[in-house]
Parts: sequence; structure tokens; C-alpha cells
Amino acid sequence: MAEACRDGIQAGSMEAFREGSAERLVLRGVSVGYGGPPVVEGLDLRINDGALTAIVGPNGCGKSTLLKAMARVLPVTRGEVLLEGRPVHRRPTREVAQRMALLPQGPVAPEGLRVRELVAQGRFPHQTLLRQWSREDARAVDAAMDAADVAEFADRPVASLSGGQRQRCWIAMVLAQDTPILLLDEPTTFLDLRIQVEVMGLLTRVAHEEGRTLVVVLHELNVAAAFADRMVMMRDGAIRAEGPPSEVFTERNLSDVFSLDARVLTDPESGRPVCVPQVPGVARLRAAAE
Amino acid sequence: MSALARYVQVPAYAVALALLAVAFGWHVSVGAKTIPLGTVVEAFLAYDTSTFDHVVIRDLRVPRAAIAVMVGAALSVAGALMQGVTRNPLADPGLLGLLAGASFAVVILHGFFGIGGAGAIPVFAALGALVGAVTVWGIAISAPGGATPLTLVLAGAAVTAFLGALISMAHLIDEDSFETLRVWLTGTLAGRRTETALWALPWTLAGLAVALGAARQITALAMGDEAATGLGVDVRKLQVAILFAVVALTASAVAVAGPLAFVGLVIPHVVRFFVGHDYRAVVPWSALAGAIYMLVADIAARLVLAPVEISTGLVTAILGAPVFVWLVRARL
Repeated sequence: MAEACRDGIQAGSMEAFREGSAERLVLRGVSVGYGGPPVVEGLDLRINDGALTAIVGPNGCGKSTLLKAMARVLPVTRGEVLLEGRPVHRRPTREVAQRMALLPQGPVAPEGLRVRELVAQGRFPHQTLLRQWSREDARAVDAAMDAADVAEFADRPVASLSGGQRQRCWIAMVLAQDTPILLLDEPTTFLDLRIQVEVMGLLTRVAHEEGRTLVVVLHELNVAAAFADRMVMMRDGAIRAEGPPSEVFTERNLSDVFSLDARVLTDPESGRPVCVPQVPGVARLRAAAE
Repeated sequence: MSALARYVQVPAYAVALALLAVAFGWHVSVGAKTIPLGTVVEAFLAYDTSTFDHVVIRDLRVPRAAIAVMVGAALSVAGALMQGVTRNPLADPGLLGLLAGASFAVVILHGFFGIGGAGAIPVFAALGALVGAVTVWGIAISAPGGATPLTLVLAGAAVTAFLGALISMAHLIDEDSFETLRVWLTGTLAGRRTETALWALPWTLAGLAVALGAARQITALAMGDEAATGLGVDVRKLQVAILFAVVALTASAVAVAGPLAFVGLVIPHVVRFFVGHDYRAVVPWSALAGAIYMLVADIAARLVLAPVEISTGLVTAILGAPVFVWLVRARL
């Protein structure tokens, strides 16, 4: 009975996807955990296509856990992640990898691996034992290295590059995978602000110019607000707010989600919201200065 | 270096195969009595059973050289797989307890209790290698800080010493049946081992086939489980396949030649230095380089103190130990 019911839902979502009324990536009642109480519980989310969705939230809110479940690195304990209408956890992993790429947090390049070799790994899901390397693979690798601006390092070992350069190489690898969907877990953490801006600029270009769907877990609130098309704000394994930054990046939500006392201003140039944390006792300091 | 390898790969394989052939021929001509290369070639092209040298070549020397090729390739590929999958530069069948586990199982089950014939030896060796690997990993993972290269090597040393002590004890109890195993335990290609080798060969071939088939995915796995999953690698399935290959390769080598130390450590590092880190190149090159290395080591074992022959395992240990020390200093 339950089986039939679930299959019915699946068939329905497949149709919806084919008719173009559904998004590529849909989460339905997803719960994820590590054996104990669920870290994420009963979460519903539809990811906009051709846009960059930023998932933000305080440490331990379950944002990385959620991304891992979307990427089938973690199993779901309840609900399902639908990739183009079909549950991602029950599809062959290679087939999923042809449609959806993942850049995990803090990936490690094998020692001595060169940039071109790393980027070429992105072609893995498109190759078989018999069809090892094609012109299509070479084209995708070159295009990805150009897009991520790492072509000049092509023959250098990944380990010899700076943090920002290395991160761009990893992004080139997932770009070379040539998937409509990309999931990235904190791709800007530990990078200088200028490099963060560079990386986010690259990712938004990928979403807008190539029509790919990006889901990015981000730590820096202002970077997320400046670049994301949509923001998902999580706390305690649930979504507290979701929508374009202009709507959800508000003083009230920052206080509700992050327990952060901040003022939200608007950048007159871009129209994007910016948050300025309020320093406790700032009024007293100002009075003292005067 | 790897860019170079890409352009010259096909000729390079041809050169390596030629080197292998030369080492093979040299290996066959060396021995208690040096047989000229011309006679070696003759023994194949115009075999004459009445010529003593021809019989020696076909019945004794060629099998020994073939065993050297098989064992060298098996141990080197096993080491390359272990280093790639665990991201541990010090991974090696010897250092992580697989050789000790395999030898122990063979000595106790086959030598001490006298169970099974030649065909059972690789099976015992495989069981022992698996138990040795799991024990070392289990000890390392429960140490503070988990299974790091350092805790793994320490656990491997402890398990190897412990099993070595048990083997010595069994030796004291039953000296007679151990006389034949004593030399085998130092790692040797001497003696008529053709029957055991034929039983072990399917294990080697199965291990090599799995290793070559999985090579493409190992580079991805070396970037971490999550990144590999993202690229479409079935991580659990791959790890099981690799474990099977490592155990099969180690077991076949131990069954034939005993525990030959450091081969699996040294060769993959040398190979990676030349061909880079793509395992589609590392696996076949490790097999080739390991085979050549073992032929040369076995030639040295027979020439260095001629007419006395030393164990091949002593040669690999003497050559491998400095590389191990260098790796610890440079990479740990």
C-alpha cells in the first residue's frame, strides 16, 4: 500500500518534471541524521533552476548535512530528494553524477596531481572502461579551465597553488562534469574577501549565463546576500525563511535565525542588502568619544 | 614529468617491456653455473632434451624468473592500491601487517598442522592477510587520533612482531617441519615452487584484473569519499573490490615467495615520480616496474655473495629500508 502510494507520487513528479512545471531539484519531507535524533527533519524545498541558491544558517543548523543528503553522500531517513522527478538515492550513482556535481567542503587533492589531471577527473561519470577519453572530454576540460581562469596553471601541481587558486581548480573540476546542477559546500570559507568575491562572481555567471542550477552552502552572510538569487535560512534543521535576499535578508530574520543583532542597509549601487552587526554598548562608546 | 609521460606513453611501455625481457634473459642466464644468453635463446627456439643446460633453463630457471615477475608485479600493485585508496604514503603489505598475517596463517595451518596441499596455501595466505590487515586497522582506528599513517605503521609493527614471535614458538616446538619453511620465511624465489606458483597464479591474475579495472576510480577515491561520490564512484563497492585485490595479490606473492619486504612500498613511489598520480598509469607501471625490480633483486641475491646464494627477501629489505626512512623523513 505504502509502496504503491510512493510510486504514485513518483510517477506524478516525473510527469510534472517532463511538463516543465517542476524544478530539477525538489526536496520532499526530507529527514537526515547520523543515527541519533535527526539533524534535519521533514524539510520541503524547491530549488529554482538557472539560479544560485545560498543556504545559510548558524553553525550546526544542518545546512551542510542537508547538502550532503541532496548529493546522496548521506542517506535520507525519511522523505526524498527528487532529481528531475526521480529520487536521487535510488538512482545509479554514476547516472546521478552525469546530472549533478558536488564540491565537498575542504577537498584534498592527491599529492602531486596536476591541475589538468584534477579537472579531467570531472569527466569521470561520462567515461566508461571502453570509452576512456574523447574529444568531448578534452573540450569540456578546456572550457572549464577557461571559465574558472586556471588554464595558466594547467601543468602545475595543485598543491603548489594558493588557497584561492586551488579552490578555482576544484570549481573547474565540477564545471567539467558538465551537469545542469551543482552543489557546493562552503566554497569560499578560509579565502580572503577579494577571492570570495571572485569565486562567487564565477558561480553566479555559471548560473545565469549557462542556465545551471547552483546550491551553495555559505558562511559569510554579506557575501551570500550580495550574490545569491535566493536565500534559504536554516536553524535547528528547519527552514526559517526562504526567498530573494531583498525579502528575507531582514533585521528580523537575522535576529530570529542567527540571534544576531544587526542593522540591514541597502547598497545604493546594487540594491543588495548588507548587514552591519551592532556592537554591544556602542551608544555608550559614542557618548564617551564625544 | 606527467606531461612527458602522456606524449611518450606507448613507446615508454615498449621500452619497459624490452627492459623486462632483458632482465628476464639475464635472470635466466645467472645461477650456480652461468649459461650464455645464446644458449638461453636456443633453449626456446631449438629445445634439446639431451642438452643439460636446456633442461636446467626450461625446468628450473625460467619458472624461477616467471615467479619473480609474478611476485614483483603482485606486491607492487598491492602497495600502489593501498597507498592510493588510503592516501597513506607509507601503506605497504609488509608495513601494515598483511605479509605477517599471510605468513603466519601458512606456517601454522600448513606447516604446523599440516593441513591442505599446494592449492590450499594461497587460501590460507589470503585469510591471514585479511585478518592481519583488519587487526592492524582495528588497532590503529582505536588509537587516539585514529588511523593515521603513523598509528597504522606502529600497529603494523606490533602485529608483525607478535606474529613473528608466535612463528618462532611454533618453530621451537616442531623443528623438523620448519626446516623447509625457515628459508621461505625470509622471502625467497629458490627451490622448486612451480606447483604452488600455478595454484597462486589465478589469484595474481584476478587481483591484477580488478586493479586495472578499478584504476580509473582510484584517483577519484583519493580525493575523499564525498568528492568520489559526487563524481559517480560507488565508494563502498570500490573499497570492497580494492580490498579483495590487495588481499589476493599479497596472498599469491606470499604463497610462492614468502614475505618480501618493502617491494610494495618502494615501487609505487618510484613509479609515481615518473608517471604522475593518475592510477590508470600507476597500476600498469607498478606491475611492470615491480616485475623488473624483482628480477634484478633476485639476480643480486645470487651474484652478490656467489657461489653462496642469499634470500631475495634480504635484498629487498636492504634496498627498501633506506627508502622507508627517507619517506618517513620527507612525508610524515
